[in-house]
Amino acid sequence: MARRGDTRRLAFLLAPASVFLGTCFIGPLAVMMLYSFLEPGLYGGVEWNFYHWNYGRILGWADGEWEEFDAVYVQIFLRSARLALTNVAITLIICYPAALWVSGLPARWRTLVVFLITLPFFVSLVVRLFAWVLILRPSGFLNSSLLGLGLISEPIDIIFTETAVLIGMAYILLPFMFLPIYASVEKLDRSLLEASADLGASPLQTFFRVTLRLTLPGIAAGAVLVFIPSLGNFIVPDILGGAKVLMIGNLVEQQFLSARNWPFGAALSVMIMIVMFAAIVLYLRAIGRQEEVSP
Amino acid sequence: MRVDEEALDQETSIAEVREAVKRFAAPEGGVVTALNGVSLKVREREFVTLLGPSGCGKTTLLRAISGFEELDAGEVRIAGEPMGGVPPHLRPVNTVFQNYALFPHLSVGDNVGYGLDVAGVARTERNTRVGETLERLDLGGYERRRPDQLSGGQRQRVALARAIINQPKLLLLDEPLSALDRNLRKAMQLELKALQHDLGICFVFVTHDQEEALTMSDRVAVLNGGRIEHVAAPETHYYRPATRFVAEFIGDGALFPGRIEGSAEEPMLVTADGLRFAVAPGMAVGEAATLLLRPEQLGAPPESPDGSLGVVEARLEQSVFLGASHQFVCRMANGAIITAAPTGGGAEKLSGVAYGETVRLAYRRDQTHLIPEAGDGT
Repeated sequence: MARRGDTRRLAFLLAPASVFLGTCFIGPLAVMMLYSFLEPGLYGGVEWNFYHWNYGRILGWADGEWEEFDAVYVQIFLRSARLALTNVAITLIICYPAALWVSGLPARWRTLVVFLITLPFFVSLVVRLFAWVLILRPSGFLNSSLLGLGLISEPIDIIFTETAVLIGMAYILLPFMFLPIYASVEKLDRSLLEASADLGASPLQTFFRVTLRLTLPGIAAGAVLVFIPSLGNFIVPDILGGAKVLMIGNLVEQQFLSARNWPFGAALSVMIMIVMFAAIVLYLRAIGRQEEVSP
Repeated sequence: MRVDEEALDQETSIAEVREAVKRFAAPEGGVVTALNGVSLKVREREFVTLLGPSGCGKTTLLRAISGFEELDAGEVRIAGEPMGGVPPHLRPVNTVFQNYALFPHLSVGDNVGYGLDVAGVARTERNTRVGETLERLDLGGYERRRPDQLSGGQRQRVALARAIINQPKLLLLDEPLSALDRNLRKAMQLELKALQHDLGICFVFVTHDQEEALTMSDRVAVLNGGRIEHVAAPETHYYRPATRFVAEFIGDGALFPGRIEGSAEEPMLVTADGLRFAVAPGMAVGEAATLLLRPEQLGAPPESPDGSLGVVEARLEQSVFLGASHQFVCRMANGAIITAAPTGGGAEKLSGVAYGETVRLAYRRDQTHLIPEAGDGT
């Protein structure tokens, strides 16, 4: 039980964080929630009427008079989720073996590799993505190399496809998968791996029965950290996907900036938040189960 | 010196290490030789302890047997099979690790059943054997607990259960008791010994604690600087150590290097600074040797000592009551410390003496042990 003095001191110490989060985080979120239930104004802005058709348009109860239901929104949602999950899988497959390898290096090399992993953050995201455009476009580095090597006879279409979007997203989100996995792999007690081998488990059995199980929290954290920015991402599909690969993030961007339909954009954002919230709940439950196992 | 080794029948040897050499690159550069030509045989149903100070190579030797270290030279054989290139999971040995290395994500039952699970043993047989093994180690009812819900002693038992359930030919124990408190350690020592006797499995036990080694082992291999100093029964190591290192490492006692003088029947050991000790016959006159006198060998002399006793004079510096015995710490004329722990009524005779006074200490001449110069471990 905290004493009165403690409570006051705590309130004082937490005040800056509370004010910051309240004004910069919860405030805009509340505005977004509110807008999603308001009627869009004819020339942008909102009319202050309760209006549930924003959600109807997405989920299928639009009356067909004021607002049209279009299955395309759900399809874009599903495509975004699929791409985000694929991206989680790609980054996991790349990062897990890499993290295992790095954790076995001598200490100074480990520090260097972790530094190198975070190095791309020093350069603007947009600049890095345009570098990918230069690599992937028909006359780009990739195609000219493949042509030069004689592996292909004409440039392959890779820019402005899902593949290009996946390459770009995997590229920018790789560190978010690598770092949590690396943290959990590094603190893995190596004597447990020896114990497993000693008890007759082959390296593969040891991997699935011990290594993977004990690094699950790192995998779960990495998956959430990659899934959430992938789902709402609009810069990568914008630059590398062109007009062909529309993701839910682009849709929101369009509603706010081009269509000037803020309530509909807000409703889409709330839907994204619900999906992300579900992902975090799944993550916390996975962690909770792990905690039961090894608090 | 290696008579017992040579008499060993090839058939009964469960594990054998031949001329093992292992070098490591030292972190600060250079090479550390952890094993420098080590040979050891472990017989059936035997409890062998590898004893030595830290860095003597005992853990490396254990890891060479379990397969976690590949030897640079020499070989390991288990049940006659050469183990070179055989990975740890294919060797018929199990290890109890120093920190127990229990799987934190598995229950006690699943930890113990791990070896059977990876071997694909049928569920019913597996459960029966897990139950039996847990019962045997007083862990009945703990099957569903997690390792972190157990005390240190219980974790120790789980680690043991997890290893013995696989019925290895050889059980390797790497300082398994070092994390336990003193009382628990004592109890576990006796329990381990009894368990080994019941199971009939060979135990190879690593420790730096000489008392632990003496308590449990059938034979003790004393290691020093990557070499085996000597392998012998605990009593032999204690009363008739083969080398000075063994004499110093195991038990308390005073060592007096010198040269044999006098007659062959009643030889005397004379130190460089002139102390004279009556010793048992056996070594040629003129030879260099070191005399070992254990505290229990020394007591107060009778009124008129005869030739069967050796008598030395020393100044009493301290008397220490230890419960089971009473120790009198004395200083010889050359400054050497000699400690007497008389048995029987001997303590009463000495306890009246004031600090600083001269006392006479006697020992039986026929029980003295001389370590020949060649056996000084070099």
